[in-house]
Amino acid sequence: MKLMHVLAVALLSLGLVACSKPTKPDQTTPPPADSGAATSGLGGEGAAGAGTGAATALTPQQQALAAIQQKNVIYFEYDSAEIRQEYVPVVAAHAQYLVKYPTARVRLEGHTDERGSREYNIGLGERRAQTVRRALLAQGVAESRITTVSYGEERPAVEGSDEAAFAQNRRVELVHAQ
Amino acid sequence: MQAMVATRKSRAGATLLALVSLLFTMPGHAQLRLDITQGVRDAVPIAVVPFGGQAEGGSNDIAAVVANDLRMSGRFAPLERRDMVTRPTSGAEIRFEDWRLLNSDFIVVGRVEPDGAGLAVSFELHNVQTGASLLAQRLPSNEKGLRATAHRIADLVFERLTGIPGAFSTRIAYVAVDGKPPAQRYRLIVADADGFNPRTVLESREPIMSPAWSPDGQDLAYVSFEGKASAVYVQRLATGQRSRVSARAGINGAPAWSPDGRGLALTLSRDGNLDIYTLDLRTQTLTRVTSDEAIDTEAEWSKDGQSLFFTSDRAGNAQVYRVRLDDSRRAERVTFTNGYNARPRLSPDGKELAMVTLDRGGYRIAVMDLASRNLRVLTDARQDESPSFAPNGALVIYATREGGRGSLAIASSDGAFQQRLSSDQGDVRDPAWQPFGPRT
Repeated sequence: MKLMHVLAVALLSLGLVACSKPTKPDQTTPPPADSGAATSGLGGEGAAGAGTGAATALTPQQQALAAIQQKNVIYFEYDSAEIRQEYVPVVAAHAQYLVKYPTARVRLEGHTDERGSREYNIGLGERRAQTVRRALLAQGVAESRITTVSYGEERPAVEGSDEAAFAQNRRVELVHAQ
Repeated sequence: MQAMVATRKSRAGATLLALVSLLFTMPGHAQLRLDITQGVRDAVPIAVVPFGGQAEGGSNDIAAVVANDLRMSGRFAPLERRDMVTRPTSGAEIRFEDWRLLNSDFIVVGRVEPDGAGLAVSFELHNVQTGASLLAQRLPSNEKGLRATAHRIADLVFERLTGIPGAFSTRIAYVAVDGKPPAQRYRLIVADADGFNPRTVLESREPIMSPAWSPDGQDLAYVSFEGKASAVYVQRLATGQRSRVSARAGINGAPAWSPDGRGLALTLSRDGNLDIYTLDLRTQTLTRVTSDEAIDTEAEWSKDGQSLFFTSDRAGNAQVYRVRLDDSRRAERVTFTNGYNARPRLSPDGKELAMVTLDRGGYRIAVMDLASRNLRVLTDARQDESPSFAPNGALVIYATREGGRGSLAIASSDGAFQQRLSSDQGDVRDPAWQPFGPRT
């Protein structure tokens, strides 16, 4: 616990961790109108990720990472593993980063809301992580750079048993390592 | 220590017993509390008189433990202690007319006596109407073992009056979670069936889930994410010794013991595709059972060990299927009634499946008769899950949510009643009821 806190503080001070409040679905910029079907997750133009005024001490890679981590959570509809159109550019931004920096690696953590059976939800979380994985692969990210894990409903982002909480918990988090 | 509830015959039809909390205190552990949320119409009134030779109200109060067990079964309504006019401790001391006036059908009396270096507990069960003695035994015990002896007495009384072996001497495993997301602490706990004596088997900052008892009740298989990815472990409870039996790339989940205890069914994934495998624990031989692009998980063995029940969304939504291990290319769909049926668990007699079903907008516990395929919904909340049969088949323990927290609950398999076992702190979930087997 203590160690995690120290680590979290250290990472935060480096600007490496996105703010603990996840991006809300409705805060995401809508994708270009001509982007492909959300199912495939291939149509993004890769324009997402507004730059941040990162500290000058950061390397270009760290700056790029800080920028894409502004949006590092992809939210899903109930019982669905489709990447919604609004998240296509988010995935594309992460793909571009991974392609550009060959030492970068990403861990995709799939999650569900708390409804339904626990182990089935592990499957649903995995399916979500795999959808994002395939989208990254399709955009040129090497297979060896991506790992996936599904936590199902075991690691909620927020507490609560209402639709607002459920929507925050149905997600894939893109966790980067350099 | 605890209030006693009475349902007299005159009140037996009352729909709701007031929420009565029986607080079980064990310092340093999450406490489980039995809440009687629903009266049982046909509960049999019984008087369990405080036993002689011990002070009333301690945690070893035998009559209190016996009465609470009988109440938990849903089939009995123990007489409130304050309504007892006399305190007989042997059959000879019972004035049956007193207990007839109190509308008790049966009476249990007994006493604790020194016996060599230890103790002995004598008890008798009588029919109040006829005065007939139905049961009289003397059980060796000791100061530490008095609660266990009390559970044994409850087992014997229950079996004598219902014809069904009591399951009060067994234990339950469950997962307790403290703290707020994302910094939560997970504990795997084993407690007596009444929630008492909780012992932490494993504690982790990473999720723990899906505890499953070996058929002999000695080992627990479970899923732990302690290595930042899921892995399946098997742990011997008596020694604490454990081994990691599956930590393959991807998902390692949903362990279920084969009836002979030699193997596990598991859910593994390759490229995100969840399928069911069997693992021989001695030879480490892994055999693939399902090969479908859908989510196949939550396996449960048939009683003869020849086939597996499991959850799959191969038809678009989660349903229960059955596959024969010697012909695993074909799976037969078992559930058709609702749009979501998952997590099958077999009854001890092998004739019924408990499962989670989406019933009228809520995830509820249902029991399906395998012969008739008739689905009987037992519960009425919105987020019930993880059903597990008591080893005598009379009760199903499951997880539910109330007030934003997870709690455990018990329903009778015939749907006649439900009651909650809630924790005072944090969430409790994922219960699994220990099978009969060597008593420990």
